[in-house]
Amino acid sequence: MAEPSPAGTPSTVNQEIQGKSTKSWLGLILLFAILLGFYSNVFSLIPRRQTEESQSSPEAHHLQGQRESLPLSSQDENGVVGQRMLLEESSEGGGHWNTCRIPEVPRLLYPKAQLLKPSRVDVLVMTPWFAPIIWDGTFDSAILDAQFRNTTIGLTVFAIKKYVVFLRLFLETAEQYFMAGHKVTYYIFTDRPADVPRIALQAGRRLVVLQVGSYRRWQDVSMHRMEMISNFSRQRFLREVDYLVCLDVAMKFSDHVGVEILAPLFGTLHPGFYAADRQSFTYERRPSSRAYIPRDEGDFYYAGGFFGGSVPEVYRLTTACHQAMTADRARGIEAVWHDESHLNRYLLSHKPSKVLSPEYLWDERMLRRPPLLRRLRYVAVPKNHAEIRNR
Amino acid sequence: MPCPRLAPSWCSPTPETQTVSLTPLREVGRFVKAHSVSAGAQAQMPPPAMHCPRLALGLGFCLLLGITLCSLWVYVENWLLVSYIPYYLPCPEIFNMKLQYEEEPSQPVAQSQYPQPKLLEQKPTELLTLTPWLAPIVSEGTFNAELLDHIYQPLNLTVGLTAFAAGNRYTRFVQHFLESAERFFMRGYRVRYYIFTDDPQAIPRVPLGPGRHLSVIPVPGPSQWEEASMRRMEVISMHIAERAHREVDYLFCLNVDTAFRNPWGPETLGDLVAAIHPGYFTVPRHQFPYERRPVSTAFVADGEGDFYYGGAVFGGRVARVYEFTRGCHMGILADKANGIMAAWQEESHLNRRFLSHKPSKVLSPEYLWDDRQPQPPSLKLIRFSTLNKDTAWLQS
Repeated sequence: MAEPSPAGTPSTVNQEIQGKSTKSWLGLILLFAILLGFYSNVFSLIPRRQTEESQSSPEAHHLQGQRESLPLSSQDENGVVGQRMLLEESSEGGGHWNTCRIPEVPRLLYPKAQLLKPSRVDVLVMTPWFAPIIWDGTFDSAILDAQFRNTTIGLTVFAIKKYVVFLRLFLETAEQYFMAGHKVTYYIFTDRPADVPRIALQAGRRLVVLQVGSYRRWQDVSMHRMEMISNFSRQRFLREVDYLVCLDVAMKFSDHVGVEILAPLFGTLHPGFYAADRQSFTYERRPSSRAYIPRDEGDFYYAGGFFGGSVPEVYRLTTACHQAMTADRARGIEAVWHDESHLNRYLLSHKPSKVLSPEYLWDERMLRRPPLLRRLRYVAVPKNHAEIRNR
Repeated sequence: MPCPRLAPSWCSPTPETQTVSLTPLREVGRFVKAHSVSAGAQAQMPPPAMHCPRLALGLGFCLLLGITLCSLWVYVENWLLVSYIPYYLPCPEIFNMKLQYEEEPSQPVAQSQYPQPKLLEQKPTELLTLTPWLAPIVSEGTFNAELLDHIYQPLNLTVGLTAFAAGNRYTRFVQHFLESAERFFMRGYRVRYYIFTDDPQAIPRVPLGPGRHLSVIPVPGPSQWEEASMRRMEVISMHIAERAHREVDYLFCLNVDTAFRNPWGPETLGDLVAAIHPGYFTVPRHQFPYERRPVSTAFVADGEGDFYYGGAVFGGRVARVYEFTRGCHMGILADKANGIMAAWQEESHLNRRFLSHKPSKVLSPEYLWDDRQPQPPSLKLIRFSTLNKDTAWLQS
């Protein structure tokens, strides 16, 4: 039988001490649990209930959730005509119509432009709608190359029937002068793929041969270029290149043709009419044609052998021209200069954002070279019309 | 591109609200601690045998309280009106992600009568009309206003105009600024004026034409003149992100101590537009008042520079202006962190940014003139000029 322990004996003290330490431990554990609960809350370990109220409050904008369609036009200030375009999210290769990015240029050293000293006083360098007219001396290639660093350019050329003979010289000179240092894809439209010459291409450049049908008449061949470019733009070019340049094949490059020409939509001044009055332009003058332009209208006479722009704009141009030509054919009328007339009609109402001077399309045999042309960049190759056409 | 969440010292509501909500649980913690301490103190009094159930009860109660408060916190947190606007919005989130452009048949320019452009010009020496990167330099005679109206009118554009009138030095300019804008700025287009001020009562209600609206936006008052000038970039970029990108297509940011003198029309619209400073368009680049200390983000070396652009006028498409002002503001913040202020505050940062992100259109000094200077013959039509501050009070 155990004697009752007196107060203050070791067992009571032990129990007291035991009780105290137990209590303090329990207290600490409880505190720890509470703090754990709180901090896990703060650091989102506990899943949170999403409310609708935060989204509707005027201060809390969840901007990712907003769908906005800004009425931005696809071109920049030159030649803006309210066009919208299909733009995929991922198409960062949109070049100048990517809504967010002004291209950044790295540090470059170049001479400073003088505001009180125009670059060219003998010629007009800007149209009244702010489209630059590209002459030698108006641009600095170093800055432009830096701005167009990551751009892919597509070049379309048609070598139907006997015109395949021009390809070799065309491609060799293009390798030398056309868009040097940039990514280029040559699209050769031909009905004779076996006759396309094999040219050594520089790095970043490739050649694609597209087999198409031919037409009996050379006029039809020329006019159907619009249709073919339009079809392939939608099927292929939109995904593969940023800009398209549509050229004639019976030509060669003789000097630098670079990214200064790239714009949402550009045309080239025809070498025979750059100094002429609008009344003497060889527009289609019959009102029944869709290419009709009255005598008191017209800015320039653009050449059918050198035009281009961003892929959506070229698609629109070629589609419009093809539709107009189809409508004309249904009425039994053919424009006086075929696809060139329709091109001029389109560029009158859809002003180009850049205009290329006759440096970019010249024929040395037909015209004497004036002093205002400091360089000849893309010139005609002699061809025997009777032999080449319709064969 | 991920954006750091920086909290500038002069405005940070978010951390404060978080601090406020911290306290309830801290209180609980302290309460629990006090309770357990007092429980411990009390427990010494009653005999040990009677102590355990009470202790267990006390602990159970604390646990229950803790859980209740946690769940309450979760509930309440979602209720609080916390500003969720991230301060530094990466551009693709707003403008690229959900924008759907639809195919629309292209609208041709309506026929208009205008003279044929003459290709072979024999004009006497005037202003340069194209920059070396083929951006137009806008001055009288380089464009046909009627033709441009034909191009731009059908687009139903809305053009925004921001001006800062913070501090009573500047609010007195607003009346004349708005009246002259009503006469000359973008006549025939929809216009939204955004006046940022710390004293909305002081902004006069100027009668506006049809399709033109005025919004007065309160901003905190500046402590110094430089502070106000440096904050413009941040305020504009935030304003675009919150509001302006929905309301306008193009945005111009102008100084308020100025007035329009002649028509300012769609020839100024462009992707990113800068104006040449009237004081420096005749001098060589090494005399430009760029920031010349390499430690600043606005540093421009001696052999660099195209033009010296004025900080009083810039603009463009609203998305590009957002990107531009945000870039400038990042530079200003970096400088502030290094304890340096650029030589001409914002204007230095603006010039630095325009050097690497070249404007797509440049306005000649006709669009930003200083009345104190004599007008040279090469500038035909002054459209916008800074008021001589000494005599500004005479304007009203």
